Amino acid sequence: MSDLTRLTAAETAEAVASGKTSAVEVAEAHLARIDAVDEKVHAFLHVDREGALTAARAVDDKRAKGETLGPLAGVPLALKDVFTTRGIPTTVGSKILEGWIPPYDATLTRRLKEAGVVILGKTNMDEFAMGSSTENSAYGPTGNPWDLTRIPGGSGGGSSAALASYQAPLAIGTDTGGSIRQPAAVTGTVGVKPTYGAVSRYGLVAFSSSLDQGGPCARTVLDAALLHEVIAGHDALDSTSIDAPVPAVVEAAKLGNVKGMRIGVVKEFSGEGYQPGVEQRFREAVELLRELGAEVVEISCPSFTYALPAYYLIAPSEASSNLARFDAMRYGLRVGDDATHSAEEVTALTRAAGFGPEVKRRIMLGTYALSSGYYDAYYGQAQKVRTLITQDFARAFDQVDVLVSPTTPTTAFPIGERADDPMAMYLADLCTIPSNLAGNAAMSLPCGLAPEDGLPVGLQIIAPTMADDRLYRVGSAVEAAFTARWGHPLLEEAPSL
Amino acid sequence: MPGITREEVAHLARLSRLELKDEELDHFAEQLDAIIDAVARVGEIAADDIPPTSHPLPLTNVMRPDEVRPSLTPQEALAGAPASEEQRFKVPQILGED
Repeated sequence: MSDLTRLTAAETAEAVASGKTSAVEVAEAHLARIDAVDEKVHAFLHVDREGALTAARAVDDKRAKGETLGPLAGVPLALKDVFTTRGIPTTVGSKILEGWIPPYDATLTRRLKEAGVVILGKTNMDEFAMGSSTENSAYGPTGNPWDLTRIPGGSGGGSSAALASYQAPLAIGTDTGGSIRQPAAVTGTVGVKPTYGAVSRYGLVAFSSSLDQGGPCARTVLDAALLHEVIAGHDALDSTSIDAPVPAVVEAAKLGNVKGMRIGVVKEFSGEGYQPGVEQRFREAVELLRELGAEVVEISCPSFTYALPAYYLIAPSEASSNLARFDAMRYGLRVGDDATHSAEEVTALTRAAGFGPEVKRRIMLGTYALSSGYYDAYYGQAQKVRTLITQDFARAFDQVDVLVSPTTPTTAFPIGERADDPMAMYLADLCTIPSNLAGNAAMSLPCGLAPEDGLPVGLQIIAPTMADDRLYRVGSAVEAAFTARWGHPLLEEAPSL
Repeated sequence: MPGITREEVAHLARLSRLELKDEELDHFAEQLDAIIDAVARVGEIAADDIPPTSHPLPLTNVMRPDEVRPSLTPQEALAGAPASEEQRFKVPQILGED
């Protein structure tokens, strides 16, 4: 077959199942692609060549025995380095876990393996998923395949860059404030944050437990849906896992029709701070939805303007508690254990050496927001904003089936531009954060290139809790119409590396 | 809302078990001051009659039967430990000499 790395996940699975190629050939083609381009991109922190080929051989053996293969059997995947993988390093982009080999698989990892998905390796990310550019990784930044001097988004920049550079047709991300959707937007790929509780967090190294959600990343809407169905579903090992059937996302992606749907444009996500080319492409996407038969109305969600400040109190507060487990006693780095320092001093020295600046900032910010005397004014108020945002969504979804907005206010910015300006960096998640606070589902997919810089723009689709299928129904219709208009998928316009 | 002082940041670092250098404290104090100034906006809207939301799902006390199940062996559980001895995590001195 011609270039196996250019196939979609659905095409790859079909080619493996029908015997046009083998899972081993597919894995080898992707490993060769990684060898050829990842020195430039730096999407991977660890490539598990042997594990990938072993998993691929198992799929080929199953097929040879005539066993039925799952819908993604033999398809390679890039796994964000925030999910534990038994026997394979898991760093979370941090020096504090450098060299740590987890003794167990995350539920998501286990589900991928059981489905015959071939895990190629672990992808780069902002340390502990804190960031919007992957520059906060302790192992160096990742380049955006559209322009290697620009950020691939974050925190899941390794996953989005792996997709956009054809190193894998599927990837996994986690979305706490936009870490799946924003990287998808700036790399011209598809990313979905499922409803909170849809995908198990067991074995997901915690950042902010009430916000963290694993989800699928892909180059097409259908591929994301196929991956969504593999990873979602109830898990008794995660007490916040939803015990209900997974919405029929693959069926919705295959349907791809918006006729008669009511779609709301979020009024608050426009104007100052939004790049003109982003707004232009977004307006064109809205016009396209009208042409496809949707009824489009403007919806105001006034409390969304307070989502960013609320998020930067809630997420750091939870992080300050979650990251207390990195105490240098049971796993990970230990510094200063030379018989002159107490256990407490060793903990403080280790955390100072092992955490990067953004993690330290957020731990201290969270500690501040939760401290007596400030709790009511900060964490308490942020929790009330969270209620208002949830109410705004409820009112909106009384009137419309889905909401749409740009995924990010700007296209990919240059590496280094916002690195030491936390507030500027935080603005990248302006449009994505409300869905994390309320827990509902959202997707980003490409809607064109900004005229001023030729870089990808993301369209965000937002659906109610447990109505994830609507994302795929709308996303698939938009994708088909844009692909027909452009004459090819957007990614084909990316420069070859 | 008043800004945050360098002394307060030093106190936060101690509470957070982060042994920071002086120049780090200076830098973080400046940045945290700007961040806290921005996030203080949450005080503008939320009123007394709004209940707080701590979690997106209405879940309380998810229980499971307390049954013995297979789990990690001591060797596996200790495999990532910085130091271990006699099937236990070995830690630096916690209490003083006396």
